[in-house]
Amino acid sequence: MVRLLKPAAALLALALLGGCAGPKKNLDYTAFKAARPHSILVLPPVNESPDVTAGYSLMSQVTYPLAEAGYYVMPVALVDETFKQNGLSDATEISQVPAAKLRSIFGADAALYVKITDYGTKYMVLSSNTVVTASASLVDLKSGATLWTGMASASSEEGQNNNGGGLIGMLITAAVKQIVNSSTDAGHPIAGITSARLLSAGHQNALLYGPRSPRYGTD
Amino acid sequence: MGKTFTPRLGLAAAILAGTVLGGCAQQPKTLYQWEGYQPQVYEYFKGQSKEEQAQALEADLEKIRAKNGTPPPGYHAQLGLLYSSLGKNDQMIQQFQQEKALFPESATYMDFLVKNATHGASH
Repeated sequence: MVRLLKPAAALLALALLGGCAGPKKNLDYTAFKAARPHSILVLPPVNESPDVTAGYSLMSQVTYPLAEAGYYVMPVALVDETFKQNGLSDATEISQVPAAKLRSIFGADAALYVKITDYGTKYMVLSSNTVVTASASLVDLKSGATLWTGMASASSEEGQNNNGGGLIGMLITAAVKQIVNSSTDAGHPIAGITSARLLSAGHQNALLYGPRSPRYGTD
Repeated sequence: MGKTFTPRLGLAAAILAGTVLGGCAQQPKTLYQWEGYQPQVYEYFKGQSKEEQAQALEADLEKIRAKNGTPPPGYHAQLGLLYSSLGKNDQMIQQFQQEKALFPESATYMDFLVKNATHGASH
């Protein structure tokens, strides 16, 4: 028995260690490593969800994961204001501004183009689910090359298990959640999780650590 | 077979797993002290009171300084933006210069903004 369990424990330990040690790489990081961007200009997200607040909700939360990954992040609200003062308030229009123009004004090494595909709460009889999904691509503003692309999603239903309480309990839970989801900006905290998943370094297929991180060059 | 699982070994495995997981979960120190930066940026986007945002960010800056910490990229620039819309141009320029001093990566943009602010009035 023990003979069987020992390798099992070892495998378990390996699996757990594997989970946090060096991520397996599927993405091609050659261009990313050659470009070594120091600063990132996050462009206002293109919003394909029906919620008009999605763009600002996500954009206000992109700085944390990118800066903690070791990049300088151009001040997001100020960037938005500069576009507006130049007659650009539409994210799709902004995404078409030539790289050379962006580089001359902001001096950033790379631009992050973000697209929101889901943002909002779906109401069902017994449950409501708030989902935020976004994708992003990092583009070198000198060469125009795409350095990285990623996608992430987060949901209010994660880790929830419908145990106990029976039908009445479920109805109460659903009613309470509905109040929470409609009275506050339910998408905003979920967008924060989506942003962290999409833009943190140090996991599989993630952005590489930037120059301000002590882990720069280790991935 | 599983019934003969030795409790001691189970415990050891659990401890090992706990140690390994704990090692991953351990939060490394953040590079920056964030305080209310992102929530205040959201308030700005939502069109809330700029006076209150500036006060909140200034108060948080005191906390960051008290901890000997570093505000995140964009923090001073956001204060500059707020002072700009409050018509406090001297404070605006001061904040943009602090952003540039703390993060030289922002130099091109901060210089552009300061230049616009100082020459912008003439056209």
